[in-house]
Parts: sequence; structure tokens; C-alpha cells
Amino acid sequence: MRFLRQSLTIAAKDLRSEWRTKEALNSSVAFALVILLLFSFAFEPTEEQTRQIAGGLLWLAFAFAGALILNRSFARELPNDCLDALIAAPLTGAALFLGKLLANFVLLAAVELISLPVFGIFYDVNWTRQLGPLLEVMALGTWGMTVVGTLFSALTVNLRLRELMLPMLVYPVMLPALLAAVQLTSPLVMGQPLAGDLMVWLRLLVAFDVIFTALALALVETVLVR
Amino acid sequence: MRPRILILLAGLAAVLLARNLYVILLQLPDHPRQGPLYRIILFHVPAAWIAFLGFFAALVASILYLAKRNLRYDAFAVSVTEVGLAFAAANLVTGMIWGNSIWGTPWTWDARLTTTLVGCLLYAGYLMLRHAVEDPTERAKNSAVLSIIAFADVPIIFFSIELWRGQHPKLEVWRGEIVAPGYREMLFLNWAPLLLLAAVFVAVRMRQEVQQRELEALRRRVHAL
Repeated sequence: MRFLRQSLTIAAKDLRSEWRTKEALNSSVAFALVILLLFSFAFEPTEEQTRQIAGGLLWLAFAFAGALILNRSFARELPNDCLDALIAAPLTGAALFLGKLLANFVLLAAVELISLPVFGIFYDVNWTRQLGPLLEVMALGTWGMTVVGTLFSALTVNLRLRELMLPMLVYPVMLPALLAAVQLTSPLVMGQPLAGDLMVWLRLLVAFDVIFTALALALVETVLVR
Repeated sequence: MRPRILILLAGLAAVLLARNLYVILLQLPDHPRQGPLYRIILFHVPAAWIAFLGFFAALVASILYLAKRNLRYDAFAVSVTEVGLAFAAANLVTGMIWGNSIWGTPWTWDARLTTTLVGCLLYAGYLMLRHAVEDPTERAKNSAVLSIIAFADVPIIFFSIELWRGQHPKLEVWRGEIVAPGYREMLFLNWAPLLLLAAVFVAVRMRQEVQQRELEALRRRVHAL
């Protein structure tokens, strides 16, 4: 219970400071929109074929925009040695990590919920037909992305080339989650139900989330403290 | 290990490999369907085994480092990762040469190819991460964590991509179905000297790593004075 309360305190702190400056959120949303704009030049936006790769376009935009948020997650604690204070605070590394993770999840979900309707308009897709399952898949995919990303954010926080290293490390690691999310999102956006062959992708996504949440919580103490 | 022993072992590997090349190129028969090109599998498959062994050794060394905090484990981890990466690259290149003739294309996005590529990128990221961290213990700790994550991720990547699509020929060695006679034995006979060579590389690389650290320590002492 105490563990959860500590995590929520950290998450609330992060969200509050983000809400006051909105620097990560603004840049991330703007970046997601720019990517969606650029994709419209790479693929004919109104063609049926483009709609079939809708999941891929969306998740690439989310992944690129997410890197901006994840980069800031631990780096924002560097000025005034806040990170050292957080580590010295009477809470475990796992609680600190979980708090950061929750805050990143909320921020990334916000970016996705803003860019999804824009995507629907730009690419002429009626994405609301399978809204429930779509949100479910987006939550699971975003969780997988945030778990890996937050862990690597902690891992790379003291690096010179932090902004470069994070995407280089995160994208290959989260590939299974990304692949599963893409495979699930494309049919859902097209209005097909979540059934049959798609269930195995859902299971993969859940398995990835569980494995990496456990792995991250186990390793993060080592990364942050010792 | 003493340099003389290393040179001796490397020489032994070279002699064995030369002997193997003679047998492979001049004595082994052609594959009934794939022709002479099939011989490349005798380097392709051992390279994959060695690469995998290297990454597994890196995982063990990384866990040992986190448990014991001895920088020798870290030096071993980076050495086997580098050598493993070199053999993985050899595996990819020989595979592409083979695929170019047999499949008609050097690259397909099949599960094994894609996983090997992603694995290479992950371990290349590991080496990049090492270059970016200055402090030796911080570097050892962070790269050990990354090595563990990378090794845990590769099977999941393989599974996810196999779910997506598959095309790579399954290895027939274990079922004894390799078509041309002599190939099965040769696979292992060629693996042994290549493994010996890899071990020599690792030993050389580890010496460099240890000496590098000594050099850095000396440099810090000079600065302190």
C-alpha cells in the first residue's frame, strides 16, 4: 500500500510540474502532428491501401512522439540535483520508477488521444467503430512502450548523448510490442472486431507488458541507486 | 593468458581451418539441388552458434558483475559481446550470399533474419552505450543491465516476427537429414576451430580492456598529482 502511495506521489509530482510548463506535452503533440503530416506525403492519404497500414502509421507517430516525453522523464530531475534528492528520499527505486512510469503513461496517452482524431480527419478514417477494443490495445501498447522507455530513460539519464541513445536503445527492444500493437490497430481502425487470429497478438502484447514490467521493476534499483 | 599461448592457439585454429577449407572445397561433394554454394552453410551455421554462445556468455558475465561487482566480469562481457557481434555479422553476410542465389534475394524479412538484425542492433546499442559513459563502474553497471534486457528480448522478438511471417529453412542437423554426406560432421569440425579463434579474440580483447582501465587509472593519478 505504502509502495503504491509513494508511486502515486511521484506520478502526481511529475504530472503537476508538466501541467505547469507543458513543455514535453506541447512539443510531443506538435511532433506527432508533424509526423502524421509527413506520412501523408509518403503515402497517398485517402487511398484504401493507406488505411490498411493505418496501425503502422499511428504507432510510428506515437513511438517518435513518445521518445520526446521519455527523454524528459528523468532528465527533468537533473537541474538542481533533484535526481539525487529523489534517490536519497525514503522510497525504493521501484516506487520511484513506477511513479515516473505512471506519469509517462498518462502523458503519452494524452498525446495519442489528441493525435488519433487528427489522424481520422487527415486520413479520412472512421476510427470510432471499435472504440473499446482500440482503446484497450492503445493502453496495452502504450504501457509496453512506456515501461521500456522509462527504464532506458533512467539508464541513459547521465549520458552526454542522451537524446540520441534513448531511441537507439528503446526502439529495437520494444519491437515486439510495437509489432503487436500495429497488427491489432490496423483492423480495429478499419472497423473489424477483435477476434480470431488477432487474439494471439493481444496475448503477445499482454505477455510483453508483464515480462518487461517485472524485469524493469527488478532491475531499476540497480540502475538508479547502486 | 600469456601472449605466447594465445599466438599458439590462434596458430592451431589457423591450421585446422586451412585443413577444413581443403576438405570443404576439394573433397566434399556438391549438394544435389543447391550445388557448390551449399558449402557456405559450414561457416554460416557455426558463426550463428558462436554468436549466440557469445551473447549468452555476456548475459552470464553481466549477471555475475551485478552480483559480485568485479570489473573483470565487465571486461569479459564486453569482449564476448564484441566477438559475438562480429560472428553474427559473418552469419548475416554468409546468409545473404546464400540467399541471393537460392532465394533470388539477399534479404527477406523472415523471423530469423529480422531477429538476428535486431539482435545486432541491440548489441551495437550496448557498445554505443559503453562509449557514452565515462565512469567505469557506472558504465559496467548500466551496460550489464542492458545486456540482460537484450538477451531477454531476443526470444520475444523471434516469436513475434515468426508470428508475422516465416521462410528460413529449418536446421536439419539434429534430425540427421542434411543431404550431402560428410556435411554434418564437417559442421561440427568447422565449429571447433572457429570457436577456438573466437576464444582467442575474446582473450586478446579482454587484455586490452583490462589494460585500458589500468591506463585510465594511471591517468587519473597523474591528474590528481
